[in-house]
Amino acid sequence: MSQKTALYEKHLQQGGKIVDFAGWQMPINYGSQIEEHHQVRRDAGMFDVSHMTVVDITGEAVIPFLQYLLANDVAKLKQSGKALYSCMLNEKGGVIDDLIVYYMRDDWFRMVVNAGTRDKDLAWINQQAEKFNIAIKERDDLAMIAVQGPRGREKALQVLPVDVAQAAADLDRFFGAVSGEWFVGRTGYTGEDGFEIMLPESEVEAFWDALVEAGVRPCGLGARDTLRLEAGMNLYGTDMDETTSPLISGLGWTIAWQPAERDFIGRAAIEAEKNNGPAQKLVGLVLEDKGVLRGHQKVIVQGHGEGEVTSGTFSPTLRQAIALARVPAAIGDHCQVDIRGKLLSARVVKPVFVRDGQSCIN
Amino acid sequence: MSEIPTDLRYTKSHEWVRLEEDGTVTVGITDHAQELLGDIVFVELPEVDMEYTAEDACCVIESVKAASDMYMPITGEVIDTNQALVDEPDMINSSPYDDGWIFRIKPADEDDVEQLLDASTYESEIADE
Repeated sequence: MSQKTALYEKHLQQGGKIVDFAGWQMPINYGSQIEEHHQVRRDAGMFDVSHMTVVDITGEAVIPFLQYLLANDVAKLKQSGKALYSCMLNEKGGVIDDLIVYYMRDDWFRMVVNAGTRDKDLAWINQQAEKFNIAIKERDDLAMIAVQGPRGREKALQVLPVDVAQAAADLDRFFGAVSGEWFVGRTGYTGEDGFEIMLPESEVEAFWDALVEAGVRPCGLGARDTLRLEAGMNLYGTDMDETTSPLISGLGWTIAWQPAERDFIGRAAIEAEKNNGPAQKLVGLVLEDKGVLRGHQKVIVQGHGEGEVTSGTFSPTLRQAIALARVPAAIGDHCQVDIRGKLLSARVVKPVFVRDGQSCIN
Repeated sequence: MSEIPTDLRYTKSHEWVRLEEDGTVTVGITDHAQELLGDIVFVELPEVDMEYTAEDACCVIESVKAASDMYMPITGEVIDTNQALVDEPDMINSSPYDDGWIFRIKPADEDDVEQLLDASTYESEIADE
C-alpha cells in the first residue's frame, strides 16, 4: 500500500510526474529534471521531503543512549540546535542507516532518518533503547520541505511565520531552531545553502503555496538525486548498506574514535577493519569519454582488480558523467569503466564535484 | 498531448520513420517517447555501414534517469547518423521530428515502411499505455 504526503495533491496540480519511492507516491520531476537542478544551483528550489522519518528522543539518558547508538559522538554537540551527521551501525559495522541528529536540549534530540529504512530503524532503535531511560516518538504529524539554493533562505524567510523567521534568520550552517510546532534547520542534501523546514501537516499546503509565490520552484526527487551526487553525498541503499562499513563508503570522517573508551555499536568490528587497512574505498569518478556512468557498472583498476560504480549520473552542472564508485584502495588517478562492453576512461577524484554552485574538479 | 505528424510512420516501440524522395529512410523517436525519457544527455549512435534486421537494438539513448535501447524499425543499412546529437543530444527533446532525427538507412525493401503504423494507429497505441 503506497503512502502519500500531505502535499500529494499539490504535486499533481503542479504537473508532478509521480513515481513510487520507498513506498511513497512522490514527484520525480515537474517537467524537466535538468531545469529543476539548475534552479537549485542558481536560485531557489524546494522538495517535499515529508516521506522522511522524524524521531524525537527524550529523557534523562538520551545522551548516553545516542553515544551508544551512533558511530559519531553527540557529545560534540555543545550548542542547542547544532546538527550532527552520523551512521547507525550494526554489530558487524555495517550501516543500518545514515541520519542527522539535532541537539535540542540535554533531554531532547531530534533525529531524521531515511524513508526506506523507517521500519527497521525504529525497530532497532527501540530494541537498543530497552537498557536506557528514554522515550522514542515518531513525529509523523510533521511535514517537511527542503528549500535549497543560493536564494533559498532569503525567499523562505519572506514567507515563514514571523516568529519562525526570527528564529531561522540568524542560524549558522548546520544548526536548527524550533519555534512552536515549527522547526527550521540550515541543512540540506544538495550542496547548496538552504533550510529544511518541519511543520504541522495541516499548515503545509498553504506554506508550499506561499513559497511558490515567493519564487521557489518545486523540484522532484530526480533533481534531488543529481544534486546530492554532484555534492558527493551518499545515498543509503545505493552507496552503502548493512553489508558495507562506513570505512569503505567514504564515511570514515563521521566516526568519532575518541574518546577511546566510548563503546558504540559496531566499534569493535570497524576498529579491526581500520587496523588491518580497508581493502576498498569510495572515490569519485569523472568520465573522460562521452557516455553516462550508472550504478553497477564495472570499474577496472589496472593491476589492482575491479570495483563497481555505486551511483552514477550525467552532471547537469559539469556537463559530463560523474559517479561514486567502490574500488580497490590502491587505485591511482585513472581507471576504466565498462559501459556496455566498451572500456571508457575515467579520472579518479575526491568525491565532491560541486559545492555552492562551483565546480570542485579541475 | 504529444505531437504525432500524419505524414510519418511509427512503431510500437516509439520510433518514427520518414520515407524520403531518394528512397532512403530517416528515423527518430516520437514526441511521446522523448517525454517519457525526460532530459536526454547522451546518444550512442549506430555505426554507419552496419546492417540491421527490423527490431534489432541499434542505438542507446540516455536520459538523466536511465539508458534505453532504440530499435531498428525496418531491415536496412545505416548510411548516416545525426552528428549534431553528439554535442546537443537534447535536440531530441526540443525537436524530435526535425533537428532531433537520429539516423538514416537504406531499406532492404521500401515497402516495409508501409507496413508500419500510421499516425492514428500509433495514437491509439499510446492511448492504451
